[in-house]
Amino acid sequence: MLEWLSSLGITEVVLQLMLISAIMGLSIYFTLYTGMFSLANAAFMAIGAYVGALLSTQLDQPLGVCLIAGALIAGLIAIPIGWPVLRLRDIYLAIATIGFGEIVRIFLINFDNVIAEILRNQTGERVRYELLGGARGIRTIPTYTETWHLILFVLILTFLITRLHRSRFGRAMAAIRQDEKAAANLGINVVYVKNVVFVIGAVIAGAGGVFFAHLIRNITPSMFGFDRAVDILAYAVLGGVTSWIGPIVGGLTLTGIPEILRFSQDYRGVFIGLVLLLIIVYFPGGLINPTAWRAFWQRVRRTHA
Amino acid sequence: MDTFLQQATNAISLGAIYALFALGYALVFSILGVLNLAHSAIFAWGALIGLIVMLNLGGSIPIALIAAIVTCGLISMALEVFAFRPLRQRNAARISQLISSIGAAIFLVSLAQIVYIRLYNNSEAAFPRAMIPADLIVIEALNIRVTLMRVIVLLIALALMVVLQLLVTRSRIGQQMRAVSFNQRIAALLGINVGRIYLFTFFLAGGLAGVAGLFYGLVFIQVDPFIGDDVALIGLTAIVLGGMGSIQGAVVGGFLVATIQTISTVLGGSDYRNAVVFLLLFLFLLFRPQGLFGQPESSRA
Repeated sequence: MLEWLSSLGITEVVLQLMLISAIMGLSIYFTLYTGMFSLANAAFMAIGAYVGALLSTQLDQPLGVCLIAGALIAGLIAIPIGWPVLRLRDIYLAIATIGFGEIVRIFLINFDNVIAEILRNQTGERVRYELLGGARGIRTIPTYTETWHLILFVLILTFLITRLHRSRFGRAMAAIRQDEKAAANLGINVVYVKNVVFVIGAVIAGAGGVFFAHLIRNITPSMFGFDRAVDILAYAVLGGVTSWIGPIVGGLTLTGIPEILRFSQDYRGVFIGLVLLLIIVYFPGGLINPTAWRAFWQRVRRTHA
Repeated sequence: MDTFLQQATNAISLGAIYALFALGYALVFSILGVLNLAHSAIFAWGALIGLIVMLNLGGSIPIALIAAIVTCGLISMALEVFAFRPLRQRNAARISQLISSIGAAIFLVSLAQIVYIRLYNNSEAAFPRAMIPADLIVIEALNIRVTLMRVIVLLIALALMVVLQLLVTRSRIGQQMRAVSFNQRIAALLGINVGRIYLFTFFLAGGLAGVAGLFYGLVFIQVDPFIGDDVALIGLTAIVLGGMGSIQGAVVGGFLVATIQTISTVLGGSDYRNAVVFLLLFLFLLFRPQGLFGQPESSRA
């Protein structure tokens, strides 16, 4: 299996990145499925990645601890962010979450400088302070992430998601997407459901960040900027959010295809941009959407008959 | 005090560029009710077109200006045709239009990056300093120095804002634009060619972004395909501050953001200037999403 993949140009590292993309796709799946357009997941990924990397580099903690801490802290930060921000709808929510992502990025870049300045004011002498590494980020993170961790994580997530969809809470999520007002009239606590969903997405994104940091060894704030947020969105849009299979397939293919086709890095953006544009215009439900495909084949058959 | 006045003069010319850029956002939002996130990519193309005209074709600044307006206007029209119109005809959600404009933005920026690398062997290039009027205008009494280029930028930007305001409020096509913005269906019933108004609006917005991008390049000299990223959120902050879709609001918002940036640079250093701006964006979205002058959305709908 691995040999066949590597003959396509998918090495083990690429496969691991593909799986991380699938995890990130699932993290935005929750919010999109509930009808919320949040672009904050790249920021939560950054929080997870930094927390995990700090624990493993500074305190020599194993991956399990990093994972739990990274995911939890991302989730905890999501609570005070989501509570005010989720009152906003579509484009306003999008702008606010983009702004949140930028604030996290600027915080990560400047954290060391700010602390150094505070220390200097207290002690009166110049101090060097290095924790988050500013724009250069954290380096030489141990590579703990292994392929089976990621596969196991995706499997557990999908199991939980299938359970969730059959639960009361899962149906409330779908109801809010279809009609928020009607859902509220049916007695669904819309604010509560939206906030919990936002936190779940942040927790998954945080876990994805921890895996990511312990795979590529060197993280910088610019890795988790607007581009990353759009990539994550593209996974979900390509696969579609009618079912959980969509974001997984979207994440795997969008990360894998550039490797298989051996694009130069320059054309990656052109490719991602075109995919987003074409899918949203011609395949609004994403590629993993049985009803759309059925309609598509019927149209093809009719034109050829 | 001296540095304050000096910083204030810088803020004014920067604010003029932000205002021009934000105007395009506001124009599209007020007429279509959608946010065109590819607007910042068009801004970057404005600088690129200016660069090509002045560096490779040896044109002067006025030629570069016209080329940037026309090309960016056309790119913007293409956006309307390929990214917005199909979704509108399907009655898709506003989110889909946002996603398609993000896709278009990434596509355009990456394309610009490829052009930069092909033409300049690098993703960075500089405007020819020799062709930019760099004479210093010194006001002795106030101890202020401004480059001539910044003054020209400010004057042209102000002139364009006045022209736009007159166009929207006084001309026939401006009247039609306002009608479409008020209610697309009724406007169509009154015999207004709605599709044409949309195309015209996108052309105007793109042209403004192109001018803003070119001016940004002329003032800062050094440009790259990602300069749009610098202004994307700043422009959004400007229109949120001014009230989404308000044309005067976008102008005020643009100058306001530049002022805030300058003040926070003077007080805390340039690292924090964008943090302050985005914090402001955040607070405004939460507590006053209609902006400084706008009405609540419920009364607009």
